[in-house]
Amino acid sequence: MVSQTVERRAAVAALLAERGEGEARALVVSGLGSPTWDLHAAGDVPENFYLWGAMGGAAMVALGVAQAQPARRVIALTGDGEQLMALGALATIGAAKPSNLTVVVLDNEHYAETGAQPSHTGRGVDMAEVARACGFAETAVARSLSEVETLGARLAEPANGPRLFVVKIGVEAPPRSLPTRDAPYLKTRFREALGFKPG
Amino acid sequence: MTDAPPLSTEAAAWPAQLYAALKSAGVRHASYVPDAGHAELIRRFQQDPEAIEVMLSTEEEGVALACGAWLGGMRSVVLMQSSGVGNCINMLSLPAQARMPLLMLVTMRGEWGEFNPWQVPMSRAVQPTLEAMGMTVLRVEAAQDVAPTVAQAAAMAYGADQRIAVLLGQKLLGAKTW
Repeated sequence: MVSQTVERRAAVAALLAERGEGEARALVVSGLGSPTWDLHAAGDVPENFYLWGAMGGAAMVALGVAQAQPARRVIALTGDGEQLMALGALATIGAAKPSNLTVVVLDNEHYAETGAQPSHTGRGVDMAEVARACGFAETAVARSLSEVETLGARLAEPANGPRLFVVKIGVEAPPRSLPTRDAPYLKTRFREALGFKPG
Repeated sequence: MTDAPPLSTEAAAWPAQLYAALKSAGVRHASYVPDAGHAELIRRFQQDPEAIEVMLSTEEEGVALACGAWLGGMRSVVLMQSSGVGNCINMLSLPAQARMPLLMLVTMRGEWGEFNPWQVPMSRAVQPTLEAMGMTVLRVEAAQDVAPTVAQAAAMAYGADQRIAVLLGQKLLGAKTW
């Protein structure tokens, strides 16, 4: 039996439905490849920082943002492949205990960008359990759009510590939705939205 | 083997001077994989109520973390031993490509009086690999040079958007003994 999954673009749109506006808008860092295309498709705003490389970095970049901006909600939007490369980062986040950071793992159990090779999460590794063992305050696994909508609502609520939500998505690849690759522009735009003028 | 001679006052003072230099450069976020050579600096960051200190599980986390802190408006420093530089290489793409500041302080092993041959290959690769990733590498061998070098490295990093590693030579730290 094939487990139920959610279409990735619908999942990201539902997760970010209550992202907020203005100074209440959640800050989002996306990992290279499909999570970046998904975030862009959900709406290109200055509070998005898209990674096009630096695999393994999204959750730690988001931790840095969360520590520097403790009054803002911060979301790392990553995939199973990227977070598997940085399992240690879950220990670092668990030890740092930010209450304004949520790691969302879009888990299709494959390396979809490179030929759909099955990943570790398709071979028995449970990312939410790893996060729980690392001391995350909340973990969850969503397999339907209504479960994702529930997580989206939880993202808008305060937390007692770091959260990790796994969203089981299908392995299909929707058409690419590409943000600019100009990283200095993305950096300056993001900082400007936080009130920091270009140097 | 004889005990190491007692540190001179000047030599013993460099970690405090280094901490003061970082503080006056506005650095109040630090991450590290511990090294004995950074122990005093780490202790001071841990005890500073105005500072955030983050224990890493591997050094490249610190590169990504410092970039995130900068995105959020905070100056961060990454502390590691020379062996950890190799772990950082691909993650250095991020500050290079985004033209973000990065300040790394690297305590060297594998050179002055090293007893452990396993420390030597990465030690020799530190400067060429960092430079290959576009970083500026400065080296300090004398206690009195630590704070001034780090102060100007911080000015260049955060003021001029540069990625700078300051290597603290094993001659400064003293050969490791057991």
